[in-house]
Amino acid sequence: MSTADATVDDDVEVRSPQLELLRRFVAGDLAELRVVLALAVIWIVFYIQEPRFMSSVNLSNLVLQMTAVGLVSIGVVMVLLLGEIDLSVGAVSGLAAAIMAVLNVKNGWSPYLAIAAAVAAGLAIGLFQGSVFTRFAVPSFVVTLAGLLAWPGAQLKVLGETGTVNLNDPKILGLTNTFYSDSVGWILALVAIAVYALFALRARQGRVSEGLSAPPLGLIVLRIALVAVTILVAVWVLNDDRGVPLAALILVGFCLFFFYLTTRTTFGRHIFAVGGNAEAARRAGIDVNRVRVIVFMIASMMAAIGGIMAASRLLAVNQSSGSGDFLLLAIAGPVIAGTSLFGGRGSVWHALLGALVITSISNGMDLLALESSVKFMVTGAVLLAAVVIDAIARRQRQAAGRV
Amino acid sequence: MLSLKGVSKSFGPVQALSGVDFEVRSGEVVALVGDNGAGKSTLVKTIAGIHPADAGTISFEGQAVTITSPTDAVELGIATVYQDLALCDNLDVVENLFLGREERADGPARVVGQLDEVGMEKQTGDLLENLAVTITDVRAEVGTMSGGQRQQVAIARSLLGEPKLVMLDEPTAALGVRQTAQVLELIKRLRERGYGVVVISHNLADVFEVADRIFVLRLGQKAGDFHANESNQDQVVAAITGATGNGAKR
Repeated sequence: MSTADATVDDDVEVRSPQLELLRRFVAGDLAELRVVLALAVIWIVFYIQEPRFMSSVNLSNLVLQMTAVGLVSIGVVMVLLLGEIDLSVGAVSGLAAAIMAVLNVKNGWSPYLAIAAAVAAGLAIGLFQGSVFTRFAVPSFVVTLAGLLAWPGAQLKVLGETGTVNLNDPKILGLTNTFYSDSVGWILALVAIAVYALFALRARQGRVSEGLSAPPLGLIVLRIALVAVTILVAVWVLNDDRGVPLAALILVGFCLFFFYLTTRTTFGRHIFAVGGNAEAARRAGIDVNRVRVIVFMIASMMAAIGGIMAASRLLAVNQSSGSGDFLLLAIAGPVIAGTSLFGGRGSVWHALLGALVITSISNGMDLLALESSVKFMVTGAVLLAAVVIDAIARRQRQAAGRV
Repeated sequence: MLSLKGVSKSFGPVQALSGVDFEVRSGEVVALVGDNGAGKSTLVKTIAGIHPADAGTISFEGQAVTITSPTDAVELGIATVYQDLALCDNLDVVENLFLGREERADGPARVVGQLDEVGMEKQTGDLLENLAVTITDVRAEVGTMSGGQRQQVAIARSLLGEPKLVMLDEPTAALGVRQTAQVLELIKRLRERGYGVVVISHNLADVFEVADRIFVLRLGQKAGDFHANESNQDQVVAAITGATGNGAKR
């Protein structure tokens, strides 16, 4: 009552760092930390119910299970950053997998050409959908909903009468069935840590030498240590089973590439600008429609790549490839991890983190042999909770004068 | 520096501007006042190239020019800050300032369009310091800032293109007392730096505080052109409402 009418004076606002951290945690700036905690809770609960959940065999399987949906989610994150949605990613993944399978198995194309053709089909679909969306100013929701209906039809056509194509090419199956030896895994881990440390320290040095404010060295070292521990533990667990899978490297590799693209390049900056305020971006001279079309192409391309990985893991492509809850999980993952549905906020890493959460839930429930009915409802509840948290975080930002 | 002679603009049957003569010198702040629908925004948009004039001549720095698009105006050195500011709330100050003209890193990374974040942040710091704009963290999202700070960021951004004339549409609308004072101080500093400044405003107190000249529009025509220090609010109000004749100089 007494403090409610205190005027907001944001020019001379000094908060203690601890308070600031707490505020950011509550207001949703540190959504990742919240998700990591949620993930820890999920893992502990499943571990108590079924200790096998935390075995290296199961955790390795978890990694393999999450690659396809994680790759698709990368494209979904890009589209969400624009403030748009792509409902066709599941259908596109199925169609692309079908194209690859038929070209390779029935037409005898080399695996590389078949994969390239499937990826090209994804790019073409993205170009088409993006062009319709920008040219006719149709909501992306509707354009991609049409895709969601139409592409499974094309998938049936491509697969032909048999309906199922079994994959047998060692190169294609190897995408999800290749594991590296322990020593290779450790070398990869050390190289990754060294490269990360080098970049982090050099970036800080660049700011210091130009006289700009830089985070304290201790914080950087702490961050490097956290990354190092994460990588080392992951490799240790994977090595305890079959070794570091190629599939995981593909997923992390794409994450790294698109992380660089979105956060370090002009094009990435323009994606965030369009998602934040398309009119402002247009007036700043950004070709908004070009950005949108390219992002929709990326989304469909990543859908195709995810479809290829899913096919490789299932050893076959059939009429239901890419259907079911695949699409919704690919969208739910990043949203759970904190990418906003309203555009302009999010990270490519949310694809990885979200896929990890979603896959952990489904993997854990499979281990507990829960019924499908329960699994669907639990997954739905998790998504709902995540979206509600996103909305609350957004409202708190607005209440604090942040839009 | 900027001089308009007999500029007219109509939208269908509506005559928004008819035969307006308007002038701005460098290092001068001209306030553009008038009732709603008097043609203030239309005049600014004509100069900014959004609504090209139907008739009349425009000269800029002594040269006759034609402005038919926003690009023409920007290339001449005319920057405009609209009321909506056109900022991306999810981006920080540096990112907003350089939006659409990002600086690229040197070396091989340039090819892929890698950003020169350090260089842009340094320039941002220098620019804000030069304008005595106090923003503690140039890496804070613009959405977290007050209206006054956002207005100052928008004005600072318009200066990155090195314009000669800056036009501000209602820069103090919806701002508190202190924030209004900050923005007015910034406008005065623009004058000190030798920019020509055009300010649309409804608030005569602000106008008298900051403007050298007050140009009154009424029903699309010039209704007065006052020197701020030789006139009072009553005279300006009379011109706005039409209580005095056209062109009552002083």
